[in-house]
Amino acid sequence: MTDKAKGISRRRVIKGLGATLGAAAFGAALSPLFQGGFMSAKELMQRHYKELSPEDKKEVLERLQADAKETFGRDVTIADPRPRPKTKFVYAINLSLCNGSGKCVEACHKENNHDRITKQSYIRVLEMPKGTMDMERGNTTYNHTVPAKDKFYMPVQCQQCDEPPCVDVCPVQATWKEKDGIVVVDYNWCIGCRYCMAACPYHARRFNWKKPYIPPEDINPNQGYLSNRVRQQGVVEKCHYCLHRTREGRLPACLEACPTGARVFGNFLDPKSSVRWVFENKRVYVLKEELGTKPSFFYFFDK
Amino acid sequence: MERLLRSLAIVFLVTATVAIAGCGRDVVPETEAYATEPTGPTGIEIRPVPSVPTLAAGAPDANGHQVRVACSACHSMKKPDRTQRGGKPLATFHQGTHVAHGSLTCLSCHNEQDYDTLRLADSRSVAFENVMELCAQCHGPQARNYAHDAHGGMSGYWDTTRGVQTRNQCTHCHAPHAPAFPAMRPTFKPRDRFLSPVQESHR
Repeated sequence: MTDKAKGISRRRVIKGLGATLGAAAFGAALSPLFQGGFMSAKELMQRHYKELSPEDKKEVLERLQADAKETFGRDVTIADPRPRPKTKFVYAINLSLCNGSGKCVEACHKENNHDRITKQSYIRVLEMPKGTMDMERGNTTYNHTVPAKDKFYMPVQCQQCDEPPCVDVCPVQATWKEKDGIVVVDYNWCIGCRYCMAACPYHARRFNWKKPYIPPEDINPNQGYLSNRVRQQGVVEKCHYCLHRTREGRLPACLEACPTGARVFGNFLDPKSSVRWVFENKRVYVLKEELGTKPSFFYFFDK
Repeated sequence: MERLLRSLAIVFLVTATVAIAGCGRDVVPETEAYATEPTGPTGIEIRPVPSVPTLAAGAPDANGHQVRVACSACHSMKKPDRTQRGGKPLATFHQGTHVAHGSLTCLSCHNEQDYDTLRLADSRSVAFENVMELCAQCHGPQARNYAHDAHGGMSGYWDTTRGVQTRNQCTHCHAPHAPAFPAMRPTFKPRDRFLSPVQESHR
């Protein structure tokens, strides 16, 4: 009673102190998100890609373009082309022609704004001993004149599976398969748990351990939200069939770079397309077919 | 009373289901047609090759420019030698021409009637810019694959209704006198952890 007479109870002081400390601690815990340009409140509150209304999406793309301008001092265009109707992309590689020069690896690296330090790329070219298609027996460290005797060369990138194990395991649905067959990642939704990397039998996914480093003048300004915009630290990325190009009708960068013409790309639903002709007339092979992943990607031989 | 409760429960369940399904609904369209017509030219373009090749004569003219002459400049006055297989034994010009193309002689492809054209196996002449017709006589499978966009490489558009697809001709990638595709040295290697071969002990 005497305490109450004084106005403030000891209990209230301690409560108030606790609440203040708690709020301060919470603020301090969140502050790294908003400092040093790591993440704005808007970015933190951004919804899943599929739930973005046209207005939301416009705002997000404008914000990302402004961020790129601020970070790199470059004007970039971040578009978001959707799959075209009646289109299913399929890729094929002629293993009789591929000579392992790795030009596709380099073209992918440049096109997709990969980290310059690790020389990241979505493609690995495996030097394979003749007589096996077991990609685990391949070697990518070869550094001699190619093609070498008794070897063949097999580029491996995302196979855009129709039954993608990586999509099944994602706990937050940050990766999914689109109507034209491309498996995409919403880099702003990915939490970086890397389950998808463990699930992929083709080792096709890459993790951004650090923020990719690219000299501003080397940045490819033609970018897509779901494809080659510069990724953040801590997110997973993968080959997207250059969707910012292919959904506009253009060929993927790796195909254009191939010096041997080993790569064939097109719309599988078009019976007159080159991939359809190859599929119907060549000896074709699907990597790790026994896993039932149903790739939208196959290999073939001339002889 | 019981009936009322039951119908209330059903109403509640339905409302909840609708509410849950409604939140987080996909609004991004699954597919979207092109908004605009193609802005530039469309179709397939084949990179041209020179219609009449020329050779450096070896001496500059009065203005200091290298003189380049067409094949017919000399060959219209020379007697053709059908046994000749390479440039090396020749006294003038062509010595540097390395020939490694099966057992062909020069005049298997070059036209002794008119050196500014090429010659098909049935002795019809064919212009240099249509060299693919000549190559296709022996390299049928490659010509067939090429016709189906599965040989020869390309750039530009896969969808030729949206833009131009540029294709090569045989001689853009294969030197006609020594057509084997040259060996290359890989120059770009990513640094990642799947780079090394599997250890024998881990097989």
